[in-house]
Amino acid sequence: MTLDWSPLWLSLRVAALSTVFSLVLGLWLAYLLANREFRGKDFLDAAVTLPLVLPPTVLGYYLLVLLGRESWPGRLYEWAFGQPLVFTWQAAVVAAIFHSLPLLVKWSRAALESVDRSYQLAAQSLGASNWRVFWRVSLPLAGRSILAATALCFARSLGDFGVTIMIAGNIPGRTQTVAVAIYDAVEAGNASLARTLVVVVSLTAIVILTLANRVGRRAAA
Amino acid sequence: MIAAKVRKKLAGFTLDVEFTATAGVTVLFGASGAGKTLTLDCIAGFQRPDEGRILLDDAILYDGASGVNLRPQKRKCGYVFQNYALFPHLTLKQNLAFAADRLPRLERHRRINEMLEKFKLVEVADRKPDQLSGGQQQRCSVARALIGDPALLLLDEPARGLDAPLRADLYEVIRQVRRDFDIPVLLVTHDLAECFELGEEMFILREGRVVQSGPPSKVIARPASLDVAKLIGLYNLLPAEILQLDPQKNTSLLRVGDAQVTGRYYPGRLHGDKVWLCVPQAALRVKPKNGKPAAHQLLAELQSITERPQSLLLDFGDGLSVEAVREQVEPYRHNKEWVIEFPGDSLHVLSR
Repeated sequence: MTLDWSPLWLSLRVAALSTVFSLVLGLWLAYLLANREFRGKDFLDAAVTLPLVLPPTVLGYYLLVLLGRESWPGRLYEWAFGQPLVFTWQAAVVAAIFHSLPLLVKWSRAALESVDRSYQLAAQSLGASNWRVFWRVSLPLAGRSILAATALCFARSLGDFGVTIMIAGNIPGRTQTVAVAIYDAVEAGNASLARTLVVVVSLTAIVILTLANRVGRRAAA
Repeated sequence: MIAAKVRKKLAGFTLDVEFTATAGVTVLFGASGAGKTLTLDCIAGFQRPDEGRILLDDAILYDGASGVNLRPQKRKCGYVFQNYALFPHLTLKQNLAFAADRLPRLERHRRINEMLEKFKLVEVADRKPDQLSGGQQQRCSVARALIGDPALLLLDEPARGLDAPLRADLYEVIRQVRRDFDIPVLLVTHDLAECFELGEEMFILREGRVVQSGPPSKVIARPASLDVAKLIGLYNLLPAEILQLDPQKNTSLLRVGDAQVTGRYYPGRLHGDKVWLCVPQAALRVKPKNGKPAAHQLLAELQSITERPQSLLLDFGDGLSVEAVREQVEPYRHNKEWVIEFPGDSLHVLSR
């Protein structure tokens, strides 16, 4: 029997890309939340956390409306890349970002806030710009914890189901990620495919979690 | 020169201080919670005052009225933190380079090497902070704070938690800074010995306010209020009554317990005033009682003796204690009744 591994490769590609985007966006948000005082900070904090508590279908619905072919972000994307965003594998990346970003922001913020404040103040009074303080002091000191958080973020990106099926659909070979493929296999009575994919996803997750714990532990020491 | 007038309200605490300091070591002295560190943080720009004005040489660091509030980066204040705050992921040399970043490359090298030599850090320049001894960390944090040529050095309880030899090293470093850098040094401490050893001027802070200022020796000789005297904690504070005042002879007669003692003339006091007699523990003389005490001697019963490194502290109850030379008291340790004599010229009185 030959297995179709394409959902797995797609999931890995989606997770890798979404992790990159999440990291850039997440670090920026974590920096804002950890270091700055501004109006609407509580609201931003809540908005970042929202995807964690909303049902994936609700989130998926919003994204569908926001990024669909009728919306202006959707049209802008279509104009720029020559194809619509929804129901492509790129939409799966968007889904994975929304699935993993909240936790990445929370963990990175905690990591940044755990760095003794006197280091930042010292750096500032020595004349370093906020940018330099962040890159040369805060980030290196929180680095291991953020690295661990990124690994967990990657693992989580592998696992989105609800939002993905809403905005990327279930097109075998094109937008069908592992989580969706398992659902599909069970529905179709293909137990061996479902079993294999379940085992592979579980093992991947365990390996990543173990590595992340190890990195995080060394950060704490 | 630094001139600061700062007001800042926090929950349950208001800082309201005003002081100026010129080149030399100026001590901000007070109990914890008096607002010393908050004052430093306002000057360094880590905290924004509610109102006031902070001037450093001819630069306005903060002015409440016009809304000027320079960022910490622009203030030219070197800050030595209590925990030194050396960047743990950088070597000592990199720590210095971080602070000298804005100098041109050659100048930067020259400055770093100069600082390494000045603070005896050449051999350990490539080590990270956790591989340095306490003294080296201390020197490195001072060197790092000074490398960018600040106009002011702020030291936040740098000797807290250090053992005696390290403390001595630190004092030597601060004296060296005093010699080599012509800038004001603001030192926060609650250690009186430290204040004496290093301070040229001191400001006593209590509950967010400056309650007394001046050279440490003058302040110790004449605490301005009961609170200051209690804060310094070296005195006997005894209730007394003024019996006579003679401005011509510059003398007075005070009643303390059953004894009548002579003091100076106290301008502004009246006959019959009830005052606190403030006299240093080390200024009183004690003798074992021998016959009937004279009129100027106070009879007291010894309660206990506390060992001090270089003296004995005799406690007579009722807030009366005397620091005495060990050799003079040791033979009479078990004597119960003593007479105490007051030194006429150093008696200081405070309002009750």
